[in-house]
Amino acid sequence: MNWDWTVIWENIPKLMDGALLTLELVFFSGLIGVLLAVPLGLLRVSDNIWVRAFPYAYIFFFRGTPLLIQIFLVYYGASQFEWVKESSLWPILREPYWCAVITFGLHTAAYIAELLRGAIQSIPRGEIEAAKALGMSYPKMLQRITLPRAFGIMMPSYGNEVILMLKGSALASTITLLDLTGMARTIIARTYTPLEIFLAAGVMYLMISALIIFIFRLLERYFNRHQHWPNEKPKGLDSQLLSKD
Amino acid sequence: MDLQGFGHLLISGAWVTLQLALCSLAVGLIFGLLGASAKVSSSRILRAIGNGYTLFVRGMPELLLVLTIFFGASAVLMGIASQFGYDEYIELSPFVAGVTALSIAFGAYATEVFRSALQEIPKGQKEAAVALGMTQFQTFKRVTLPQVWRIALPGLGNLFLVLLKDTALVSVIGLNELMRQAAVAVGYTKEPFTFYLAAACVYLLLTSISMAGLYYLERFANRGYQGARS
Repeated sequence: MNWDWTVIWENIPKLMDGALLTLELVFFSGLIGVLLAVPLGLLRVSDNIWVRAFPYAYIFFFRGTPLLIQIFLVYYGASQFEWVKESSLWPILREPYWCAVITFGLHTAAYIAELLRGAIQSIPRGEIEAAKALGMSYPKMLQRITLPRAFGIMMPSYGNEVILMLKGSALASTITLLDLTGMARTIIARTYTPLEIFLAAGVMYLMISALIIFIFRLLERYFNRHQHWPNEKPKGLDSQLLSKD
Repeated sequence: MDLQGFGHLLISGAWVTLQLALCSLAVGLIFGLLGASAKVSSSRILRAIGNGYTLFVRGMPELLLVLTIFFGASAVLMGIASQFGYDEYIELSPFVAGVTALSIAFGAYATEVFRSALQEIPKGQKEAAVALGMTQFQTFKRVTLPQVWRIALPGLGNLFLVLLKDTALVSVIGLNELMRQAAVAVGYTKEPFTFYLAAACVYLLLTSISMAGLYYLERFANRGYQGARS
């Protein structure tokens, strides 16, 4: 067996293109995931069992089945129904790119909703009571207290979830997308150097994970900035508050 | 749901999935224990190997790992074999490649679970074992392992559920497990939604059974601690 460095150098630009698509998939699915997860998570913590039932079933399905099946259900499964083919959604559901983004978004939403539930339930009770005592309405309380606090609490585990999603995005290669894994597979089909190219792709995944971990360090610091007070003073604060010490 | 006589195919696939998951669990637990022992050892080289293993495997997609092992391992094996004068073509079966890849991935996460569990065991117990004249292996078998098992169980349970779902990836390299059998049925009937949904339901059933099993295992492992808390 001989190790071939040149084949790695030659194909780095192609792998970079693949990595860009991977990043795109992770970013858009993460966006959809968070937008869906907020209502799901809020419904999940409801006291009413009938309100809780839907998010519970949703989370159970998406966490209990493999991502590969979910992506096939959307990409291949949707074409089984004539009414889907005739609907205006078909131009979107026909594209592997949008199928991947939709599936990953739905998938990660289930995991984020579960994280959000844990985070909301671990907000100190007194903070919610204080908000109520101040006469905040429910939307106001969500906006000012519940969600910012919950995001701060769940940020470290959300970072892990994004990394899991990064790894899951490799499945986009099974529906003909040329993401980092898909690109590596096409290069190997031509050059037949599986070890070199797959390991190069592996290292690139590792670097993207490192980047994500770094970004989430910053985000965590932002959402939990009250913990760093008074070493770092928040910007735009009332000057009377600052002059106290 | 009309399966048009393909039900037995899904059942045989589910059986292969189960075998794959259990084999990978057994091998992966060994990898995890080895990795954790390497990470807490006093040798700097072993620690570096353990850290490199978890860093690299946990940062790499499982699909990529499965593909690397399936397509790459035969090149490595042939390279090693040719050193001993064996020049025939060697190919890994999808099942062996799948078990290898999934157990390496499981082992990397299990390493972290075992490591944190090892650190939870009070040092005095180990010292007591040494004072009683136990060898290192006896200490591990009699004192450390039974307790690590109890502490690590919830973490390992989650990892097993992840592993069970990751078995679907092995369908990509052509093992006839649940996912691939569903794809075969789709090829005949042209009803992708029906069969992938049926397969998804089988996976849900498997996860539910595992979750129930894990609940009882955890209760069994914690039987010595239940009375004291209530």
